[in-house]
Amino acid sequence: MTGPQDEDKAALAGRERLTEPVVRTGMFGTHTTGDTSGYGGLKVRQQPPVPSERPYGSYFDEVADALGGALESSGTSFGEAVERVVVAADELTFHVRREHLVQVCGKLRDEPALAFELCLGVSGVHYPSDAGSELHAAYHLLSITHNRRLRVEVSAPDADPHIPSVVEVYPTCDWHERETWDFFGIVFDGHPALTRIEMPDDWKGHPQRKDYPLGGIPVEYRGATVPPPDERRSYA
Amino acid sequence: MSAPGGSATGTQGRVYTVGGQDWDEIVAAADQAEDGSREEHLIVNMGPQHPSTHGVLRLILSLDGETVTELRPVIGYLHTGIEKNMEFRTWTQGVTFCTRMDYLSPLFNETAYCLAVEKLLGITDQVPERASVLRVLMMELNRIASHLMAVGTFGMELGATTVFLYGLREREKVLDLFELISGLRMNHAYVRPGGVSQDLPSGALEKLRDFLAVMPRQLDELRKLLDVNPVYLARTREVAHLDLAGCMALGITGPILRSTGLPWDLRKSQPYCGYETYDFDVATRQTCDAYGRYLIRMDEIDQSLRIIEQCVDRLSATRPATDPVMIGNAKIGWPAQLAVGPDGLGNSADHIAHIMSQSMEALIHHFKLVTEGFRVPAGQVYAAVESPRGELGCHAVSDGGTRPYRVHFRDPSFTNLQSVSAMCEGGMVADVIVAVASIDPVMGGVDR
Amino acid sequence: MGLEEKLPSGILLTSVEKLAGYARKVSVWPATFGLACCAMELMATGGPRHDLARFGMERASNTPRQADLMIVAGRVSQKMAPVLRQIYDQMSEPKWVISMGVCASSGGMFNNYAIVQGVDHIVPVDIYLPGCPPRPEMLLDAIVKLHDKIQNMKLGANRQREITELEQARLSRLPLIPQLRAEVDR
Repeated sequence: MTGPQDEDKAALAGRERLTEPVVRTGMFGTHTTGDTSGYGGLKVRQQPPVPSERPYGSYFDEVADALGGALESSGTSFGEAVERVVVAADELTFHVRREHLVQVCGKLRDEPALAFELCLGVSGVHYPSDAGSELHAAYHLLSITHNRRLRVEVSAPDADPHIPSVVEVYPTCDWHERETWDFFGIVFDGHPALTRIEMPDDWKGHPQRKDYPLGGIPVEYRGATVPPPDERRSYA
Repeated sequence: MSAPGGSATGTQGRVYTVGGQDWDEIVAAADQAEDGSREEHLIVNMGPQHPSTHGVLRLILSLDGETVTELRPVIGYLHTGIEKNMEFRTWTQGVTFCTRMDYLSPLFNETAYCLAVEKLLGITDQVPERASVLRVLMMELNRIASHLMAVGTFGMELGATTVFLYGLREREKVLDLFELISGLRMNHAYVRPGGVSQDLPSGALEKLRDFLAVMPRQLDELRKLLDVNPVYLARTREVAHLDLAGCMALGITGPILRSTGLPWDLRKSQPYCGYETYDFDVATRQTCDAYGRYLIRMDEIDQSLRIIEQCVDRLSATRPATDPVMIGNAKIGWPAQLAVGPDGLGNSADHIAHIMSQSMEALIHHFKLVTEGFRVPAGQVYAAVESPRGELGCHAVSDGGTRPYRVHFRDPSFTNLQSVSAMCEGGMVADVIVAVASIDPVMGGVDR
Repeated sequence: MGLEEKLPSGILLTSVEKLAGYARKVSVWPATFGLACCAMELMATGGPRHDLARFGMERASNTPRQADLMIVAGRVSQKMAPVLRQIYDQMSEPKWVISMGVCASSGGMFNNYAIVQGVDHIVPVDIYLPGCPPRPEMLLDAIVKLHDKIQNMKLGANRQREITELEQARLSRLPLIPQLRAEVDR
């Protein structure tokens, strides 16, 4: 039965939800007054980042405990380095604070209980609606010894897009960090040679950011033009 | 003049006195030039347009005679913005984009992407078994085609053009099978989220069996050209050495890692698409050189033939009428069925009749899926497959909509190509070609 | 120096044109500009089944100085475009260009910041070959059409006349899009 506490919880959750930024508006891609569906006023809000609760399941608890122990032995607490632990779709993600990134990666590689020897690269994501931590960098790690996977995610604000480089720990991230700089503008401090790798050296802008247009030209065909993909009417 | 075997700096620069039997001393003295010895080095550009760089790869070499002192690869000449393009298309349309990344192994790109999408949707267990078997079949055929092209171009770059022709001849057989099953020779958008796009046509199983019967002898012919060829051995043995520590540091996977002795293959360690139910071995060598990688590729072709045989047996055993190749969930599974009609290939008349006159729901599903696409719950996922070049991973981020929010592909060639400096510096110029060929990069995957 | 300086006129010219055209078309050496997926089909066309050697074209000259035909096979990115132009400039006359595949002809499915929307923005193209990728048979068809073009290429005074006529025709051709057509009419 719902009591007064439950109602407060529900109301509280609702109020918290309303503080999240809006990520999508409307449905069926309509923006004009011609929309009679009634869905034009729909506002989809961002889902708040909710950490997962223990027990995480499978090998995730072991990894979290081992990392906690390793960090403690060097004087950092688990909660200080790792902002949030998320377990979703059978995958473990540690959201790490950027100051502690290199230390965490070092522990993950060197601790025998963890032994994440292989880093599969850096993947950048730009969340413009996530104010204060728009640029995310996801590092996918693989432990061949224990046959486990892990994701370490770091975030940085647009105003200060600096993330320490993990090239000393995982040299393979050399080109991956260059690519992430090239496409997102994340500056990796401590990288030996952070230059553009995919785009021409004198290119302006960082193409895979959400505020960079897709580019493209309208396509002419027999008396009509089709606008490029990012300017077309969307049915999503 | 100084004593024999020495050198002195006279009015014309360094003078070396050669007395006989002292060539080593002369070379050692020449290496120790006082002014840093950089002027003796020649900077050579193996530019993006080059017959032997496996596509548009630019290598800048700093040469000291025949020795490579420094090697810098420059990439980006084929950057297509595929990942950003996919953000403006539905999840199913994304398959047609990602398939053109690593264009020698398109089905692997598609499968990695579809596995990621299915993980996000949470339907990995609901993908029909026949679809998984078809995926494995097509992937192994693709592995054979890719390795044949790799070995063929390897031979061509070393000057053995006959190897190229043999490799292409066998590859044509595989491309015929692709055309029969999926409709296209390359860049088939065959694997879709939820299954595959169409079932095997009639006669495909017989053609597959014929292929399996013919291939071993053709492979023997190819092997006869290279396996114990003294010229080939001299050029690839002990060349492009990269040991296990180097591989781990540089994040190398695939045949290069297996040539160091570590039997790491995602099909065995972290199986997907039912690979744990197939019987095959992981090819490994201990030699860490280009020859070892070549032998691994040939062994992998044999293992792929083994897996294809098992797939064919499974496909013959099932009954197509009751075994779908696309997930049954009508809100996700691609609705259109293709059939050969009186005027060619098009939508099957049964399907049209069904959606137009029998089921309104089916019509709505068809319309919504084709125009809008299905919605994928928010979250992020990483799915990896073992492509012919190494671990091909797909990091997919969804915001709950019908379009990917961000898709990033961890391409094996991109990471493996970082190791070319480690393999070649200190070696000879001719070994650079061998090293790049043994990495087998595909620039479409490197640049995306 | 070259053939063009020593041309006769009239009926002798047409005979020279035929002979020169025949000689040029039977030994076209491609400077294969294999970039992406189309390069795989290009290599397959050189393979044993679809044989480019029957046209004398299996000897792909990797140096542009000795090449006659540039087959741009694949998508041309912004970074690659200056290289493409430089290779084209390094080829000596007479030279032809086949843009193989839709990415080379028009940008293809990649209508974005990174791909040049058609190599005809950079080099003059003789034959456009659609397909993604075009089958080897389609590439052979394009090559045969190019051979026809080479065979019928005019020289000397005839060429000057032909160029003038073509230019006039193109200048007076109406654009396909109604808005631009209206502007021309005005």
